[in-house]
Formats: sequence, structure tokens, C-alpha cells
Amino acid sequence: MKKNLISATALMVAMSGTAMAGTLETVQERGAVQCGVTGGVPGFSVPDDKGNWKGLDVDLCRAVAAAVLGDATKVKFVPLNAKERFTALVSGEVDMLSRVTTWTQTRDTQLGINFAGVNYYDGQGFLVKKELGLKSVKELDGATVCVQSGTTTELNMADYFRTHGISYTPVVFDTNDQAAQAFDSGRCDSFTTDLSQAAGLRTRMQDPSAVGALPEVISKEPLGPVVRQGDDQWFNIVKWTHNAMLNAEELGVSSGNADKMKAESSDPNVKRLLGLDGPKGKGLGLADDWAFQVVKQVGNYSEAYERNVGKDSPLGLDRGINALWNQGGLQYAPPMR
Amino acid sequence: MSSDMSNSGHKPDGGSAQPKAPPANQPKFWNDPKKRSLLFQTLLLAVLGYFFYSVVDNTLTNLEQRGITTGFDFLTQEAGFGIAMSLIEYTEASSYGATFFVGLLNTVLIAAMGIIAATILGFLIGIARLSDNWLISKISAVYIEIFRNIPLLLQIFFWYFAVLRTLPHPRQSIEFFSSFLNNRGLIVPAPVAEDGFGIVIFGFFAALVGSWFMSRWAKKRQEDTGQQFPIFWASVGLILGVPLLLFLVSGMPMVLEHPELKGFNFRGGITVIPELIALWLALSIYTAAFIAETVRAGILAVSHGQTEAASALGLPKAKTLRFIVIPQALRVIIPPLTSQYLNLTKNSSLATAIGYPDLVNVFAGTTLNQTGQAIEVIAMTMAVYLTLSLVTSMFMNWYNARIQLTER
Amino acid sequence: MKYDLQPTLPAPSNTIGVVAWMRKHLFNGPISSVATIVLGYFLISWLIPIIQWTILDADLFGESRDACTSGGACWVFINVRLNQFLYGFYPAEEYWRLNLAFVLLIGSIIWLVLPRTPFKGWMALFLLVVFPVIAYFLLYGNSFGLMQVETHLWGGLSLTLVLAVVGIVASLPLGILLALGRQSEMPIVRSVCIIFIEIWRGVPLITVLFMASVMLPLFFPEDMSFDKLLRALIGITLFQSAYMAEVIRGGLQAIPKGQYEAADALGLGYWQKMILIIMPQALKLMIPGIVNTFIALFKDTSLVLIIGLFDLLAIGQAANQDPKWIGYSTESYIFVALMFWVFCFSMSRYSMHLEHKLHTGHSNRA
Repeated sequence: MKKNLISATALMVAMSGTAMAGTLETVQERGAVQCGVTGGVPGFSVPDDKGNWKGLDVDLCRAVAAAVLGDATKVKFVPLNAKERFTALVSGEVDMLSRVTTWTQTRDTQLGINFAGVNYYDGQGFLVKKELGLKSVKELDGATVCVQSGTTTELNMADYFRTHGISYTPVVFDTNDQAAQAFDSGRCDSFTTDLSQAAGLRTRMQDPSAVGALPEVISKEPLGPVVRQGDDQWFNIVKWTHNAMLNAEELGVSSGNADKMKAESSDPNVKRLLGLDGPKGKGLGLADDWAFQVVKQVGNYSEAYERNVGKDSPLGLDRGINALWNQGGLQYAPPMR
Repeated sequence: MSSDMSNSGHKPDGGSAQPKAPPANQPKFWNDPKKRSLLFQTLLLAVLGYFFYSVVDNTLTNLEQRGITTGFDFLTQEAGFGIAMSLIEYTEASSYGATFFVGLLNTVLIAAMGIIAATILGFLIGIARLSDNWLISKISAVYIEIFRNIPLLLQIFFWYFAVLRTLPHPRQSIEFFSSFLNNRGLIVPAPVAEDGFGIVIFGFFAALVGSWFMSRWAKKRQEDTGQQFPIFWASVGLILGVPLLLFLVSGMPMVLEHPELKGFNFRGGITVIPELIALWLALSIYTAAFIAETVRAGILAVSHGQTEAASALGLPKAKTLRFIVIPQALRVIIPPLTSQYLNLTKNSSLATAIGYPDLVNVFAGTTLNQTGQAIEVIAMTMAVYLTLSLVTSMFMNWYNARIQLTER
Repeated sequence: MKYDLQPTLPAPSNTIGVVAWMRKHLFNGPISSVATIVLGYFLISWLIPIIQWTILDADLFGESRDACTSGGACWVFINVRLNQFLYGFYPAEEYWRLNLAFVLLIGSIIWLVLPRTPFKGWMALFLLVVFPVIAYFLLYGNSFGLMQVETHLWGGLSLTLVLAVVGIVASLPLGILLALGRQSEMPIVRSVCIIFIEIWRGVPLITVLFMASVMLPLFFPEDMSFDKLLRALIGITLFQSAYMAEVIRGGLQAIPKGQYEAADALGLGYWQKMILIIMPQALKLMIPGIVNTFIALFKDTSLVLIIGLFDLLAIGQAANQDPKWIGYSTESYIFVALMFWVFCFSMSRYSMHLEHKLHTGHSNRA
């Protein structure tokens, strides 16, 4: 036992690293952002067959790396399941979560974490086989529903069915993948999850065209990046990285024209965004061209959206409420000045 | 097992012969085994104490710093989520505490079902492995080698998806004896007791008590007179017959609630969910392979002379097995059998991989996620398995001691 | 009178040959005959379609699912993803590092298993002490000019092997200490060891892994973080050391008491006695038990998929979700099962062989 303890102590000493007091310094020292993502939700974070991560959430991680380290490739992706995600964040295993996580009061106030924005406004819906000819969730009385455990989805469903007096049987799985697979093999009449994820998981089913979503959206699911409570500087960096991507879209700056805009644009807003003027990177503790690096290397919000979940992707989702505020959507970034 | 024959390391050296030496010649204190042992143990305690202190201290600091709620208050809060299968009354309005009991009972159910099936299957295959018939013995050997060398989790996945894929949709259910089999599970009619059913239950217990007295009487008679009494069949008749008779006499106070297809699924009846079936199949088939090996080893351990002596006494083969071989084999079989039962119980926690609502899936899964109180939840879950293990091994130790040879 | 020996007559025709063998082993009695016929019928009617599906009608070569045209198993799926099954997400240009580590491991094991090879003791020492260090630097890199490969890229069969080998090697010394502690005369040491062993043996591995992945980070000061793989390894090692301790205790108890007494009579101290006299004899007896716990651990490593590590089984599941290969999950499950089976079966044969060998030698059957 004694030897065991000695070796354990030795291990602890060997493993000591990542001071949590200053996430920014830790990240700069390490030379990489550790980003908690899902194990595989198409469109948001999913490894391809070579192990490269792709997705909207992944792009936010890359953007933070571009802002902090000037290199969007310096990200270490840590796949986390729903159960581990918050512990992994608060214990310092990851610097940020970008993992289709819904912003709720309990999470924000009781788990020692802070939500740094909303990079996708989502809502919960129900997938069913089209052959059943269903028109509404209200017709699901007596149905069996597949759902992922430990999510807001599970609680929303229970609430909704309860208030509408609909009886149902939940079948609960550890991951959304398993739940979708079980629905696909006929275990359940319906599969419920956030609609964006449903669109991604549908592409993996045996016959995606035979599956459709019911019209009701039963919840608000603002999904966003999460950081540890108590490190305001890092909180600001993640928040403003997302804002920079939104502002870039609003100002028409994209990865393609960023260099040109930096050299030629006379628009003071663009100049402030690209770090030629205004607050630059000082308050955040970053290089002055941090936002330029984000846009140049990762792109603006629209680019990230379209290539991962939008028209150009297998998911083919409309911008919908995720359009910019001046185009009828909810995505609104405070000005950079 | 725990005969401490090897711990002669720190014996105080004879002692008696040593003359009272002057202090200068007294052995240094670190050469005195007694003192050294005391010192060593104090040191161990101190290190352990420090270790636990620092773990607890770190945990409390971490929890406080990160603003994570602690304590067991969450057990009384409303859970707000549904559970597919529950042996007790449970709704979304029940508390997190209730989810604990739902999960616990489901774990106990699958463990009990698995133990019964694995024992029967394991004994059959273990005996078949020793069959004179080459084909039977080889098939048993292949069964054992295949199933015990593939991870249980993989087998669970296989059964779950294999079973699910082949079963039809509820509207094309396979129907037999007014039960239905489809990919929502096996739906059987539910017996609903009406007034007056209590007398049948009473009859059952009365018959149990009666047969116990009967067996005592029969044993005594055999010891006194040598006459045998077919106690086994008489007990079976009593235990089955009395309740049945009462049931008929009291006008059959029970109705069967037949399942009916309404909308999506069947209403009424009892639904055995496919997760339970798949898990049960996988657990019993996997564990049976180990039990079969145990049984085979146990039977082989009975010396051949015993069988020969029995045939010399003129006992027929069946009686040789029943009175000579099996009682002796059981002594060898039971200790490893116990650990197989414990393994099965612990392995039932893999339910979480396919969504059977056992303790780990419901309580250490959903409840943990919703409350975020990892420490309390995991500690409670571990405590349950620990208790189940200890209780099972205590029971088996007691049983083992009872059937052990009383050596004179 | 004739003194020539008569030539030996052949055995009666009904006691030799196929027919006699069948009579003796397949049709010895009416019940046995019926059983043979019924079982034989079922066996044949099952085996033929299985063989047809897995071998005769199967497709092995190709690039995409279009290559699967014969109606049988589509092994193309496995073939295309074979590297991922073996190496996980490890960078392709670094595969040689995994291969080298594997060759070293298998080479030294074969050295130990073969009879009459010299320096077995040194080889065992190499395997238990030097090899893990080499393997760590080979696999993880970040020194000696090797590129660093983060543990989250590890996966497939190589991760399964890493988990199992580290679990066994690390739990061996812990297990020895616990087993000695359990037999100690010092009451505190003994009870601490008993409590430790019984707690770990009483809980399922999956809760241990949950604990390692969810709770462990809370136990340590906040400026300390553990890699996910390392956390799983810590959990597995603690769990495994309890089982190991019981195997070792069994070995210690099988040594005749006379050996202990003789060592005491020679005036050897506790550690001298254990290291010079008891352990060398006991370790030999423990090998089958250790191999058996290794088999159990090897199968149990598949549970890490529940905490999100990509071991062989998890890689198989991930492959099943590739939209390009939907509907071939049976093939991947069969392949993964076969891989596990080959490892476990060969190890269990070896352990049986050892048990058989040891049985005739030194044993404590007083």
C-alpha cells in the first residue's frame, strides 16, 4: 500500500500541469486549445474516416485557436458524452465545450460553468416514419419514443406529453447515435432530439427519405459554447470569437476577401474588426489581428454554417432563426468598438 | 481459504531464552519486530489518513469553488423523466429517490432471471460435455469455447440488434396463446387478482409449511424404520395442488387482462421489453458457458472409485448420480458457482449499453446527468452492488458450510 | 505338432474403422442414436447457410459497397476499414511505431512461452519493466524525435491491447503487495488490504470506469488534470489489482508450509524469505491464474466504449454508422468478435496447457 501511494504521488507530480487560474496562459503555454466536442453528431462535430473533425461546433473551436494562437489547426478535440461533459470542463480536462449544449438556468448557475453565447438556435422535434402518415405530435398517444439519456430533450418530452395528457413509453440510450439506430431498426415509433441533430442523424439511417419530422417544435434549445466559471478573460475570448464571426458576416468579410479587405477597406467597422483600429486585442490579451485570423482561417458565421449544416452540406438546413438579426433571424452580435 | 499459514514473517523471536541484557545491548528498536510492526502500521494509517483527508479536502474545495450543489436533497426532488419499465408505481412526477428504487428492482430482476437461466443451461451443457456421445460432447465444447471467449458487451449488442431486426412491427405481431411477439417486446396477458384471491396465496404458503413438516416426518420415519417416502413428488403435489384446488373451489377469482392493439402499441397485458430479453439471453448464455466448465470440473473431481463402489452396491445409474456423484460434486462446484453469480449480477450493469432501465442506466445515467451530482449518485450505486455482492456471498458461504463434509 | 506362431489376426471388423468408431461414439444406445440424428440434422441445416454466407457467397475485395454483389457477407467493408480496426485514428505514416511495439510484445511473449529458451528471467523483467517504457515512448512520442500522437487518436485493436497490457503489468506489483498485506500478521495492514480487495471486487467495472471518468477529476487539486485514457487506466488497474491479489494469494497458499518454516529456520527475514524462497515458487503456480485474469481483462476492456474511448468494439460501432456502409453491421460485429475470440481462445489454451504441465510437477497435494 505504501509503495502504491508513493507511486501515486509520483504520478500526480508527473501529471501536474494546466493551472486553471489563467486558461489563456495555459493554452498559450500548451500551444493548443483543448475543446470538448460530441463523439459524433453530423454537422456539429464528427470525425471523418481519417479522424479529422468537422462541424459547426468544431469550427468555433478552431476559431478560438485562431484567435488565441494564430493557428486554427492547434486544437485538441476531446470527444465527451453527455454524462462527462461538465465534469470534464470544470476539472480542466478541456478549456471549453462546444458540444451542442443547451443553455439552461440550472446549468449556468449550479454546475460551475458559464455559457458564452449561442452559436445555434435549435428546438426539439420528433422524427417518425412517413409510412405512418402522422400529422402532429398529438397523435403519438401510446407511442414508444427513443431518446438520449441525461439531456434536456428527455425532460422536455416528459413535460410536453404530461401537459397534453399523452401517454408514451421512453426508451433511453446513452448516445443519440444509439437512440437513432434503435429508432431505425423499429424499436420505437418516434425519435426525439434537437431538430438540427435529427437532420444529421437522419442521413445515417437506412432510408433517410422514409423518415420525416413532425411539425411541432416543443422547446427552445439555445446551443452554445461553455467555459468554466471564474475566468472572465477566457469567457470574453470565447464570447467575442463567436461575435467576431457574426460581425464578419454582417460586414461582408469572409475568408476569401479578408486579406483584400484588410488592405483596402475604408469602412471603420471593418477596420475595427480586422484589428487596424478600435479596441484591437488588448482587452482580451490577444494579438491585435485576432479577429482577422479567425475570419481568414475559419471564415465568418455564414461560411461555417453553410459548409457544415446549411445548403452545401448533407444536412441541408435553412438559416431559419439562425439568420442574422437584419435578415429576420436571431443571431445578433454586439458591435466591436 | 484464508488460513493464515504464511504469515510467520514477524514472529517475535522466541524471546524466553534471551537474558535481560543491559540497555546498551538491547536490540535497536527497528530490529524489534513488535515495535517495527507498530511503527509501520502507524505510518500506514497516517499516510492513508492523509490521502483520504486530501481527497476529501480537494473534493470539497473543488465543489465549492465551482458552485456545484452537494448533498442528498435531490433525492426528494421531482425527477420529471419517464422510465420504460418499472416494477413499482412510477410516473414523471415521482422523485429522484424513486428512480433509485426502480433501477434497483430492475437490476435485481435481471440478475435473478439470469442466475436461474444460466444455472439450468450451464448444468445441462456441463453434463452434456461429459456425454459418451461424441457429437453432443463436441457441440457443448464448441458452445463453451465460443461464448466464453467473446466479450459480453459484444454479445449483448448482437442479441439486441439481431433480435430487434428479425422481429416484426406491432401490426404484424406473431401471435400465440393470446400473447404477442413484436419489436416492442413480448406482450402477455396480465393476471389480475379479484376479491378472494388471497385464499389461494394463503393456500400456497400453507402447503409450503406443510411440506416442510412432511419432509421432517418422512426423514424421521426413514431413520426409524428404513421405509422411504416419495417426499419430492408429494411436496410438489402439495405445493401445486392445494392452491389450485382452492383456486377452483373459490370460483377462480382471477381474470386475464388480454393485450389489445390500439394505435401504435398494445394496451393492457404485461410487456416484456426487448432490452430485457436481449440482456437476459446474453447474460445467461455467456455465464452458462462458465458454469458448464465449473460443473464439468466438479463432476470430474469426484473420484472414479465412488462410482465404481456405487455400482458394486448395485445402485442404478440414476441413483448413483443423485446420491453419490452430485452431492460430492456440489462441494467443488459451489464456490466457483458463487463467483459466477456475482459476476452475472455485476455484468447486468452493461444494461446501460442497450438502454435496459437498470440501476446504472436509470440512476447512474439519467439521474446523474440531470442532477449533476456525480459523487452522491456513483457512491450510492457502488454501495448497492457491494451490498448485493456481500449478501450473495454470505448466503453462499452459509450454504457451502452447510453441505461441507463434517470431518471427524 | 506345429511350433510356428500363427500370424496375428486383424481385429474384428466391427471394432475398428469408421463404423466401429461411430457405433461407439455416436450410436451407443437408442437415446444416443436419436440425439445424434436430430442434432446432426440441425447442425447441417444451420452450418450450410452460414458457410455459404460467410465464405462462399462473400465478397472480400473492392472499394465501396458496389463491390458487394454476391449476396453473402460483405467483407469489403472490413477490408476497406481494416487500418482503422487495427490502429484507430493513429496517423498512417506512424503505423510502424504500433507495429514495432506489437512485434516487441509478441516476440518477448513467444520467447517466454517457448520451452528451453535461455534468459527467461531477464526476458520477463524486460517485458514487465523495460517494455512498458519503450512502448510509452514509441506510442506517445514527443521525444527522441518522434512526433507526439495524442491519446485521443489511439483506437482499435492497438488501444484494446494497450488497455489490457497496462492493466495487467501495472496491477501485478500492486496485487503482490495486496496479497502479502492480506496475509500479514499486522491487523491494520491486513484489514486495509481486505477492505481494498473486497470493495473493488464487489463493484462492476462499469461503475469504476464512470468513477474514473466523472469523479476522479474532482478528487485532485484543481491545477491537475488527467488524460482520459490515463483515467481509464487508473480505474482498470485499481480494479484489476484486487483480482490479481486473489490469484496471488491462491499461489502463496499452495506453497507447502515447510517452505516457510525452512526459510524461517535459515534465519531469513520476511522480505528475503518472500523474494528468495516463496515468490519464485509461487509465481510459477500463479501463471495460469494470471493468464485467466488477463483473458477476463482483455474482454472487459470493451467496456471503455461506454466512457467514449474507441477500442476495437467501439471502432466497429463507429464504422457501422458510416452512411456509405449502412446495413453491414453484422459483418463488423462478426469481425470484432473473431478478433477477440482468437486472442482469448489462444490464451486460454496456453493457460490450460500450463495447468496441465504444472499439475504433474510441484503441487501441494498433501
